[in-house]
Amino acid sequence: MDEIFGIPAPLLFGQLLLGLINGAFYALLSLGLAVIFGMLNVINFTHGAQFMMGAFVAWMLLHYFGIGYWWALLLAPLIVGFTGVVIEKTMISRLYKLDHLYGLLLTFGVGLIIEGLFRNQYGSSGMPYRIPPELQGAWDLGFMFMPVYRGWVVIVAIVMCLATWLVIEKTKLGSYLRAATENPALVQAFGINVPRMMTLTYGAGVALAAFAGVLAAPIYSVNPQMGANLIIIVFAVVVIGGMGSILGSVVTGFALGVIEGFTRVFYPEASATVIFVVMAIVLLLRPAGLFGRA
Amino acid sequence: MAHLNRRALLGGAAATAAFGALPAHVARAQAANTVRIGVLNDQSGLYRDVNGPGSVACVRQAIQDSGVTARGVNVEVVVGDHQNRPDVGSTITRQWIDRDNVDVILDVPTSSVALAVNTIVRERNKIFLNSSAATSDLTGAQCSPNTIHWTYDTYMLAKSTGGAMVRAGGDTWFFITADYAFGHALERDTSGFVRAAGGRVLGQVRTPFPGTTDFSSFLVQAQSSRAKVIGLANAGGDTINSIKQAAEFGVTRRGTKLAALLMFISDVHSLGLETAQGLVCTESFYWDLNDRTRAFTQRVLPSMPGGLRPGMGQAGCYSAIMHYLKTVAEMGVPAARASGVETVNRMKAQPTNDDAMGEGTIRPDGRRIQPVYLFEVKTPAESRGAWDYYKLLQTTPAAEAFRPLGEGNCALVRS
Repeated sequence: MDEIFGIPAPLLFGQLLLGLINGAFYALLSLGLAVIFGMLNVINFTHGAQFMMGAFVAWMLLHYFGIGYWWALLLAPLIVGFTGVVIEKTMISRLYKLDHLYGLLLTFGVGLIIEGLFRNQYGSSGMPYRIPPELQGAWDLGFMFMPVYRGWVVIVAIVMCLATWLVIEKTKLGSYLRAATENPALVQAFGINVPRMMTLTYGAGVALAAFAGVLAAPIYSVNPQMGANLIIIVFAVVVIGGMGSILGSVVTGFALGVIEGFTRVFYPEASATVIFVVMAIVLLLRPAGLFGRA
Repeated sequence: MAHLNRRALLGGAAATAAFGALPAHVARAQAANTVRIGVLNDQSGLYRDVNGPGSVACVRQAIQDSGVTARGVNVEVVVGDHQNRPDVGSTITRQWIDRDNVDVILDVPTSSVALAVNTIVRERNKIFLNSSAATSDLTGAQCSPNTIHWTYDTYMLAKSTGGAMVRAGGDTWFFITADYAFGHALERDTSGFVRAAGGRVLGQVRTPFPGTTDFSSFLVQAQSSRAKVIGLANAGGDTINSIKQAAEFGVTRRGTKLAALLMFISDVHSLGLETAQGLVCTESFYWDLNDRTRAFTQRVLPSMPGGLRPGMGQAGCYSAIMHYLKTVAEMGVPAARASGVETVNRMKAQPTNDDAMGEGTIRPDGRRIQPVYLFEVKTPAESRGAWDYYKLLQTTPAAEAFRPLGEGNCALVRS
């Protein structure tokens, strides 16, 4: 039990843990995407930029107003979520009647513009953002050194995923949302304001991305391309899990984080591609994704 | 919108995207006394702050400081974004030379792109002044009579930073290497010095480039190798994330040392002194090195993007263009444009001297040499003001800092 496939067992345990941590980010981001796609039928390519905005808003709150991490965790999602509401109201809502591709092109373009604006203003190296004092330090687990902050990220991500799933599957509001996706005209006839519900759903999905951004700020360099690096992987996660499936995106997010973590030990050169290999295999065997309904 | 069909819309979008990727078109007509400089670098990715628009600002400063306009030489600058992709860099280079009459390709970070551009410029007999790529192959196996490698290379970084770490007792190494030409060259050159000094390389891990943001897996692997030094054979955003996450995982608290084999001052600025303090790095330029570098920095600062202080890649662009324009003014524009090899030979024949990089000489293999500085990053308490980040540990004289002329396997030297 000292070695597994020639790799020391403690090292593998460490990678399993690190994989779960990265998986937490994949899960949080793909969750937001799944919520937006499931309810609005829009493939939100601005998601990476909104994740980046979350991290930047946290940095701005600290840098310009002296507001720390804990308030940023609440305020940044609200602020970025509000910009999402504006984007939905002014642009995306006009495209619901058209093919998916229009929404995809629009959100892709908006994402590029946002990233370009941040790059012009703040350059590419990024801004320093420190781990809050309460979460500094690390536990010595024997087989590895586990930063407290990373543990916090995993716990918060799991709580957030569960909460979102509960809201959509178990509450009255969630049932309205699901009904509105199936038949908006009928739900509207019952006196429910469907367009407003769509707007708020988009805002909530965006807020989830921003929340993940704040969580990421102390770990990664807060820079304009941080979302672009992550978003392609997250899209693969959503496709593997099944478009629009909330449970699927969460489970797949964590699972792929772990697969990626192991690849980093056995064949690190392939760690950026392994997720797409999995995606290709899943699409061949189950075109609707692991949890999707065909 | 409804009457617009999808195919037309997608076609339009594709055309717009393609247009965006092309460099700005310059008119074909060209006055007889005009030279054109194409600044090709990373304008939008992880290396943007270490070259990008800052290099362009330094080029414009050089044109102004050189005073060639008053001597009847007209200089035009075009800018391209190679997105760190060899295919994009090659396309832009061919268009610039074949269609837009560009004479000099300048800067070109990202070794894989630089090696591709190196070949094209040689085929077309133009001039390649490389400031921001690191691979020592540019003046080694792939050296070219049309190319001058200006600012730094993997051998010089390995010798200065790697050598200092080994002397300080770091005799076992583990490398975290960006998986492309640059990372491989830097790992190879550093390993050479470690072994020559009696040290051992315990292992290495190749990280996908670009697109790796989480280095924790690799850091934990490095740690479990029990090496005394973790060599970071990467650059820009990758280095920043590696160092930041190494601090998070307490790598240095357990006595392991980090060797940032290529680190720029903008990386230190981004990390903050709290995280970066105590790291050593090698540069051929620092804005606060002496009166001349401070004067240069004062002049260029108003046009630097986002208040950045120039780093060595950018200062190298200034130095290279100062020397090129001086040569052009001496030769006359028609002669300087006629043959890239001839102009490069004239540039090699005389020493370089400017405010940013000081004095230097260019060897037959295309390597420009100058003294090289080993710095240590200050602690927050030691830093007296904005961008006061380095203290000088050691200066390696030009003759010792770079790979000896005979050891590079450059065909220009053997013949």
